[in-house]
Amino acid sequence: MSVRPEGAIVGSVAGGELPPDDVVVTALRAGDEAMFAALLDTWSGGMLRVARSYVSTDHSAEEVVQDTWLAVIGGIDAFESRSSVKTWIYRILVNTAKKRGVRESRTLPWSSFEQDRAAGRDLDGVPWKAFAEAWPTPESEALASEVRGLIAEGLARLPPRQRTVITLRDVEGCTSEEVCEILEISAANQRVLLHRARTAVRGWLADYFESVKQPE
Amino acid sequence: MKRFTCDELAEHLTAYLEDALDRPARDGVRAHLACCEGCERYFEQFRVTIGALGDPPPEKLPADVRARLLSAFRERRRL
Ligand SMILES: [Zn+2]
Repeated sequence: MSVRPEGAIVGSVAGGELPPDDVVVTALRAGDEAMFAALLDTWSGGMLRVARSYVSTDHSAEEVVQDTWLAVIGGIDAFESRSSVKTWIYRILVNTAKKRGVRESRTLPWSSFEQDRAAGRDLDGVPWKAFAEAWPTPESEALASEVRGLIAEGLARLPPRQRTVITLRDVEGCTSEEVCEILEISAANQRVLLHRARTAVRGWLADYFESVKQPE
Repeated sequence: MKRFTCDELAEHLTAYLEDALDRPARDGVRAHLACCEGCERYFEQFRVTIGALGDPPPEKLPADVRARLLSAFRERRRL
């Protein structure tokens, strides 16, 4: 079973950008292994991050991503381009992760908007202006990596729906339209969840920068 | 043009960045940011935060999972 020789398509994949959807779908249907590998390597990291907002362990998240790709392999012939390939794959991921999350009895309260509001309530009334001091530029690699670690840790503490939305939007760079389609939520709902999550993360960063500030 | 208090302004930043505000509100946000140093700094921090979120630690599938998926894809061609 020979793999198709690497052509122009794969060349552009190696450059970091995936080709347009119709090219991707045609290649996958034709069994282009290099294209599948490129998709796998481009999206699996982000998919793991999103899966983590539903399930509790690294192992579960890996299984969710694996099951998603297996469903993609099985479903590519039936894929209809009503949505983008990316949205299609992420929807499979979210549905797979939800089922898994339920099995782990870590059910997401998607129907209950109030839960996230309650969890975010302590943010209201924060005298944020007192904290809005100039931040140091994280120019040193050590500081930047501390900030990265701090954010990763913080995301795990967010209410699940906020975590999913901010992960898709700000970490993975999906558009708001994509997020609404993947999660089947309204634009307004998406925006509220995103804003609360961003406000919380900014607050942690502010606390952190305050704590490392050199005494004057 | 709409007028915002500092607290209200902070609540509108994501909508502002998403370009989801109507014209009077958008103008109001701009005008407030132009003359309020605290909010300007807060807005800058908000954007720094969004930028930092987009630079996560690298993450990838374990090699054995990746290999299993590639072989599943290869298998599919035989069917
Ligand atoms: Zn202000």
